[in-house]
Amino acid sequence: MSKVEFNKETGPREVFCGLTSIVWLHRRMPDAFFLVVGSRTCAHLIQSAAGVMIFAEPRFGTAILEEKDLAGLADAHEELDRVVNDLIARRPEIKTLFLVGSCPSEVIKLDLATVAEKLNKKFLGQVRFVNYSGSGIETTFTQGEDGALKALIPLMNSSDEEKLLLVGTLANNVEDRFKKIFRNLGISNIESFPPRQSTELPKIGKNTKVLLTQPYLSDTVRCLKHRGCEVISAPFPLGIEGSSEWFLAAAKAFKINELKVHEIISPLINRAKLALESHKEILKGKRLFLLPESQLEISLARFLHNECEMDLIEVGTPYLNKDLMKEEINLLPDNTKIVEGQHVEKQLDRVRESNPDLVVCGMGLANPLEAEGISTKWSIEMVFSPIHGIDQAADLAGLFSKPLKRNQILTSKTLVTY
Amino acid sequence: MELTLWTYEGPPHVGAMRIASSMKDIHYVLHAPQGDTYADLLFTMIERRGQRPPVTYTTFQARDLGGDTAELVKKNIKEAVERFKPKTLLVGESCTAELIQDQPGSLAKGMGFDMPIVNLELPAYSKKENWGASETFYQLTRTLLKEKVSYSEKISPLRWREFGRRPKVNILGPTLLGFRCRDDVIEIQRILSEQGIDTNLVAPLGASPDDIERLIDAEINICLYPEIAEATCEWLKRNFGMEYTNTIPIGIKNTIEFINEVHKKLDLPLTNKKELENKSKLPWYSKSVDSNYLTGKRVFIFGDGTHAIAAAKIAKEELGFEVVGLGTYSREMARQVRATAKDLNLEALITNNYLEVEDAMKKAAPELVLGTQMERHSAKRLGIPCSVISTPMHVQDVPARYSPQMGWEGANVIFDDWVHPLMMGLEEHLIDMFKHDFEFIDGHQSHLGHTATQTKDFLNSDEKKEINSKEGIIWTESGRAELTKVPFFVRGKVKTNTEKYAILRGIPEISDETLYDAKAYFS
Repeated sequence: MSKVEFNKETGPREVFCGLTSIVWLHRRMPDAFFLVVGSRTCAHLIQSAAGVMIFAEPRFGTAILEEKDLAGLADAHEELDRVVNDLIARRPEIKTLFLVGSCPSEVIKLDLATVAEKLNKKFLGQVRFVNYSGSGIETTFTQGEDGALKALIPLMNSSDEEKLLLVGTLANNVEDRFKKIFRNLGISNIESFPPRQSTELPKIGKNTKVLLTQPYLSDTVRCLKHRGCEVISAPFPLGIEGSSEWFLAAAKAFKINELKVHEIISPLINRAKLALESHKEILKGKRLFLLPESQLEISLARFLHNECEMDLIEVGTPYLNKDLMKEEINLLPDNTKIVEGQHVEKQLDRVRESNPDLVVCGMGLANPLEAEGISTKWSIEMVFSPIHGIDQAADLAGLFSKPLKRNQILTSKTLVTY
Repeated sequence: MELTLWTYEGPPHVGAMRIASSMKDIHYVLHAPQGDTYADLLFTMIERRGQRPPVTYTTFQARDLGGDTAELVKKNIKEAVERFKPKTLLVGESCTAELIQDQPGSLAKGMGFDMPIVNLELPAYSKKENWGASETFYQLTRTLLKEKVSYSEKISPLRWREFGRRPKVNILGPTLLGFRCRDDVIEIQRILSEQGIDTNLVAPLGASPDDIERLIDAEINICLYPEIAEATCEWLKRNFGMEYTNTIPIGIKNTIEFINEVHKKLDLPLTNKKELENKSKLPWYSKSVDSNYLTGKRVFIFGDGTHAIAAAKIAKEELGFEVVGLGTYSREMARQVRATAKDLNLEALITNNYLEVEDAMKKAAPELVLGTQMERHSAKRLGIPCSVISTPMHVQDVPARYSPQMGWEGANVIFDDWVHPLMMGLEEHLIDMFKHDFEFIDGHQSHLGHTATQTKDFLNSDEKKEINSKEGIIWTESGRAELTKVPFFVRGKVKTNTEKYAILRGIPEISDETLYDAKAYFS
């Protein structure tokens, strides 16, 4: 392990809660509905985080707790039952309904597992109910996906068939690319979790080899191991280096010759390096500060340093699972400063003191930092854009070079004429 | 429990944030978990603010709940006060903190600070954003002025004469994340100034706690947005005798009425009454022959109480539209909206459920929708032109240019903003009409999206007979042929009316004759 500096910080934070991951999960599984059991705040959060509201009746909603629901839990269970009935009557195409716990539902100890169990009996053969918590007192942003996936694992049938299971939501086009490359490598049985249809859950067992596509799935990994799956240790498929290592690790698990992997991915790598060049020119030597939010920060730091030659000032991460991040941390340069947790005020002090060229942060902080003359990239875009894989390395770099490029254009003589 | 897909208003603590963020030298310590920080982006992204809202979130986690969350509150208050040195501190809790009952306001008051502390109790499970904003503004004003109540004389609206100066008023209610507040304030100040009236201060937008303390230097209050300022105005009236205005100066008639009301309250003679009618271009634009086609346009209105009521009046009296639906999500304003609707022979729609609004919109079959972001989306789905007149709004509703809703310029902006989508709608039909010309590029789409061409698809359908699915009515070939001859801009309406007629009369097949029968019946 490289000599990375680990720090912990606590205090006021500026991060989303796990409910936010519904914004991409509901698009991944169009036959599922996400029903948050929470407050008006939860409903407002999801619709605000979605950025632009979607031009349709969304496949997520909130059962908003009212005063009378807080008074008696028995009634709250009945009320939830009523809301679910209404919802299913309105949306008969729903195949899986996620009951998503929130801060208030956790605090009043609303037992969503029991509610889900009852509803499963009632709607047997029509809709499946699962529950997980996306509450901000337990989860951060992308961790919501971890909860949702973990909740689906008990529904997955067992099979000892050998297969590669890609775990973590990917953009559909990226997923297709990955599958094609794996097939070229000689791995033919590949499935994804979450699947594109909530009812088409992959079967798992002792010959399932799990390859993570996202770094925020600690609980899911634990449960998959518990079901006998083998988890392939690899960095995450961001950038050329991470993706190559990721393919190599998978190939190794399937006892595929390393040379064959190189033969297949070399042309991709060469092409990607060329595409990366123009972005590298902009990013090279620029100083980067990553604030904690999406949990992708460590992988992004690795990519932006190793492949785009940026200097890392500080790498924030909402939480750190050293085991899961082992391969990533190994690739970081020596003396990288990782800060787990957040005290947003103190961290912003450090941002200002260190005078970075680019800050990766949440949407609440981006414009205020820009107004102070600090270029930013908002992190939520990482979870909406297809950024995984060798082919996408240049696009990923582009997300970071664009604000710098824009800055150059706007501060050049063309705009300022006085 | 209430099932909500999209919500018109946020929780009440977001209302409190709107007050805190609008003002200077204020800090708000909010006992809340990390996810609640999403609210910052409303200000930094929708309003494009270059400053963070002055809010510290205590960020308690599940593991803190077994321990001492009260200590965590105190630690955050102490740090926030030291760092931001506010002149007034707001302390409150969001929905989850309300359940754990740490009483952050009382904790703050026991910490020995010498600045005023406002303890905000905003019930998250029964109230909403606008109420929270109103309550916060009221509690803040009360806290800062309550000591002056006992020794202040009742304020006479006429005292400016004694003082030998121009009359002074306060403009109350504008906040961040309000609809066009930034520009309304400029417009209203300009109008008042032209009439010889000075603005003592504007609050909450841009005011500091020091400003709040000098609210009572003015003679009267302008209650610009009752959703936010009425409670405060009422308290100032009760305790200091300050009169406040009731007319909202949106539209020409209301702006003139507003100027009248202010003059009357101040006992200031109105000398330029005649000139007022020429201050805005709206009356002439509306009267000019080009606007003939606006006559009787069916318009559906939904928004906050203030903007919905004003829109109904302008639509009917100043643009000659026909209002076919009126509603609000502001329960606090339900009474007023109902009264306005009644005058228009309508039943007001009071609801939080955007799907109900969409259904009502569909039934009313309007030619123009005036609503919030939500109605813009619904209207787009239905292929109806729409203009946004109220929050909730999106970033495009915070324009770079000066574009108030109030006063003379506001009326100009409204004319443009409402009439342009209608003209775009006409354009849509022209595209449809010319689509068989060889210059036409297939797939040409305008702002309305695909649904706008539903009637066209019906006409172009290859099937000889098409069944109106719901009622089982059949259009015969002659009926369809006749329908194509109907001018494009009324075709949709004629189709609906003919089907309605057929159902009414129990006619199973619509022929060309049925069309004429229906036409005669409805004329």
